[in-house]
Amino acid sequence: MSDRPADLRVHDFEEVDSGIPAEEAIAEAARCLQCKKPACVDGCPVGIDIPGFIRCIEDGDFRSAIGIIKESNMLPAVCGRVCPQEVQCEGECILGVKDKPIAIGSLERFLADWERENGIEIPELAEKRSERIAVVGSGPAGLTAAAELARNGFSVTIFEAFHEPGGVLTYGIPEFRLPKEVVQAEISEVKRLGVEIRTNYLVGRSLPVEELLSYDAIILATGAGLPAFMGIPGENQIGVYSANEFLTRVNLLHADAFPHHDTPVKKGRSVVVIGGGNVAMDAARVAKRMGADVTLVYRRRREDMPARLVEAHHAEEEGIRFLCCTNPTRILGEGTVTGVEVVSMDMCELDDSGRPSAKPIPGSEYIIPADVVIEAIGQSPNPLLIRMIEGLVREKKGNLLVDESGKTTVPKIYAAGDVATGAATVILAMGAAKTAADAVCRMLTEE
Amino acid sequence: MYTITAASALAENVYEAWISAPHVSRHAEAGQFLVLRIDETGERIPLTISGVDGDLVRIIFMTVGTTTRKLAALKKGDTILDVVGPLGQPTEVKRYGTCVLVGGGVGIACLPIIAKALKTAGNTVIGIIGARNKDLLILEDEMQSVCDELIITTDDGSYGIKGFAAGPLKEICETRPPDAVWVIGPAIMMKVTSGVTKPFGIRTFVSLNPIMVDGTGMCGSCRVVVGGETRFACVDGPEFDAHEVNFDLLMSRQRFYTDEEKESAAHHTGGCGCGGHH
Ligand SMILES: Cc1cc2nc3c(=O)[nH]c(=O)nc-3n(C[C@H](O)[C@H](O)[C@H](O)COP(=O)(O)OP(=O)(O)OC[C@H]3O[C@@H](n4cnc5c(N)ncnc54)[C@H](O)[C@@H]3O)c2cc1C
Ligand SMILES: Cc1cc2nc3c(=O)[nH]c(=O)nc-3n(C[C@H](O)[C@H](O)[C@H](O)COP(=O)(O)OP(=O)(O)OC[C@H]3O[C@@H](n4cnc5c(N)ncnc54)[C@H](O)[C@@H]3O)c2cc1C
Ligand code: SF4
Ligand code: SF4
Ligand code: FES
Ligand SMILES: [Mg+2]
Repeated sequence: MSDRPADLRVHDFEEVDSGIPAEEAIAEAARCLQCKKPACVDGCPVGIDIPGFIRCIEDGDFRSAIGIIKESNMLPAVCGRVCPQEVQCEGECILGVKDKPIAIGSLERFLADWERENGIEIPELAEKRSERIAVVGSGPAGLTAAAELARNGFSVTIFEAFHEPGGVLTYGIPEFRLPKEVVQAEISEVKRLGVEIRTNYLVGRSLPVEELLSYDAIILATGAGLPAFMGIPGENQIGVYSANEFLTRVNLLHADAFPHHDTPVKKGRSVVVIGGGNVAMDAARVAKRMGADVTLVYRRRREDMPARLVEAHHAEEEGIRFLCCTNPTRILGEGTVTGVEVVSMDMCELDDSGRPSAKPIPGSEYIIPADVVIEAIGQSPNPLLIRMIEGLVREKKGNLLVDESGKTTVPKIYAAGDVATGAATVILAMGAAKTAADAVCRMLTEE
Repeated sequence: MYTITAASALAENVYEAWISAPHVSRHAEAGQFLVLRIDETGERIPLTISGVDGDLVRIIFMTVGTTTRKLAALKKGDTILDVVGPLGQPTEVKRYGTCVLVGGGVGIACLPIIAKALKTAGNTVIGIIGARNKDLLILEDEMQSVCDELIITTDDGSYGIKGFAAGPLKEICETRPPDAVWVIGPAIMMKVTSGVTKPFGIRTFVSLNPIMVDGTGMCGSCRVVVGGETRFACVDGPEFDAHEVNFDLLMSRQRFYTDEEKESAAHHTGGCGCGGHH
């Protein structure tokens, strides 16, 4: 990893980690033990042949290396950058027991960037077939499923509600973590396979459900875009955002460049971000880059934060104040936010997630002045389309019920990604999409 | 890219445009809206679908700031980069009996399509349209053609009945109470006018216009409080039971970006000295 210095990078949106050069990649690859039973592979949700591609790097054969990755992962430039490697591949690497694990994510990213510069090879397409498949949503799940099906010869159309494809990769994860150029390149690759992407299409509205059902198979990859609000007093005031709104205004609509771009956003002098996941880190770091003093409030301990380790670390380096074991109780102001009242939390017995549950300590309330508050406390699937399709069954948190192949309770309809799992990760969304695409393929070819 | 096939001025600061957007027009129902973005640097703004003709949708808008001004400058043949829709829940169209549709200012734009749908469902439709003065009144002929009865008010009495639309509405409620009422216009007008029907216990709808971004339920910018509950106007509305709406909150939230809107206007009209050229 080669991070740009924190005091420099907080003034711009350029990528924090500028990647590693070839020599460094080869040297890192040489450290790999080429384990017979590679634990790293068990840690990768899509089971990439990690020692296989690392050996090719060591040999300087980058073309074959990236080929190996792409057998299991369509978006390596993305995953290399945003996978929570510390709890996946790198978390399992045997070298991590005594020393540093192999920097698998960095190597993966290195290869993907190398390929983008040296020409991307388009895989061979199967013979064209007559079946038409609709994919709803163009996030990592939709893109992966579409690419997989197009490779198998199907005629695939992706419908996307927003004006740009990419899902969270486009509107959620900021430029300094995932340059839009990288996302665009991955999307063009999917288009080159013959996939048609129709933006500005809200399925259920622009494309009625009857028309959707006329496709031979449907993959719902609509994500988990519905933001949760805390439900505390004062949160409808001017200055209170969901992280989704704040990030969309900046990442998708370039409010950071207001007034040259027309979308406004409250930049804020004192910003309070609520939450401890990737979304909270991104919101905090974006606010910081627009000049605010940022405090992140998280109800559990620092070590319980679900964010990628490196993001939390980067956020702290950039001067974001972490207030852990702290929870907001109300947002103050008379129409416009002036502060947040918080309460200290006591850590108690472990809950279902294995993390301690937090209980407020009575009387420990105090006030943090703020003019912008951003809530990043979770998202669930947007019910809009799901409610319109008769027969779809939803589970407790609104997640679509699917079987292990991604099949929903309605014939011909499959689902993958956050819509089925609830807010999760890019690689899990892609893995599920691949599984669902394979199932659709089988359904349509074995009929 | 979506092409403008016709554009004209309807009144001072009020414009009409027809846009070719088949994916919107073919499925649009009364009471729905679209979101558009004019160009690469543009913001997304919601506008009511005020008419449909084959592949075309009509928008009617008042120039109040940067985006509506940019929009008003577009002519026949020009294009709009993004149009998504139809969005929102359609008007609850059914046989009520007698319906009164009240429109204030540019809010009148929403009425003809609703009036038509209610007529088709077998209702008697009374229209009340109001403007500050005669020159600002829009869609009189069109409303005349779709309503069984049309009442016109102007604040200054330059045309029709002098005063606000609430006047004739109250009179109707007293003399021949209708079965359902729609009130669409600026938030303050909706608040005051829909207050008229409350003591009569008449079902009344308003179409809320909070600040929106996506229009699909993923940001929460459009949240409003109805019956004490937070709702997202873009997917749960825009029409809600008028007597349950917290209008003061709506009006407060509409002022979220007052400072930024001024800055943007200055930037685009040359207030910054650049003549809007960057
Ligand atoms: C700010 C943020 C940071 C994150 N950081 C990380 C990270 O570092 N690492 C990581 O692994 N994961 C991260 N995640 C999670 C990860 O991005 C998601 O798990 C992943 O994007 C899910 O992919 P998806 O394809 O299921 O859905 P999404 O990416 O959400 O895409 C769904 C798409 O469907 C569209 N859509 C929805 N409904 C309709 C409809 N009716 N018609 C048409 N289109 C529709 C939406 O507009 C959207 O574009 C982050 C998430 C956020 C929000
Ligand atoms: C469902 C819905 C339907 C609407 N239909 C119409 C219509 O048919 N005709 C019409 O003239 N207007 C309509 N509006 C209002 C219209 O969207 C705003 O007038 C427009 O966005 C102003 O943009 P601006 O850049 O020109 O002005 P600005 O200077 O940016 O804003 C002026 C005022 O418009 C409102 N506004 C600004 N941005 C938005 C936004 N993104 N979403 C909603 N309101 C905003 C704010 O209250 C603001 O104070 C509708 C709004 C909603 C929510
Ligand atoms: S896809 Fe993610 S988990 Fe798998 S090897 Fe790559 S970085 Fe590791
Ligand atoms: S576990 Fe580590 S050392 Fe072993 S093969 Fe995987 S990356 Fe190499
Ligand atoms: S406009 Fe974003 S949720 Fe309604
Ligand atoms: Mg504006």
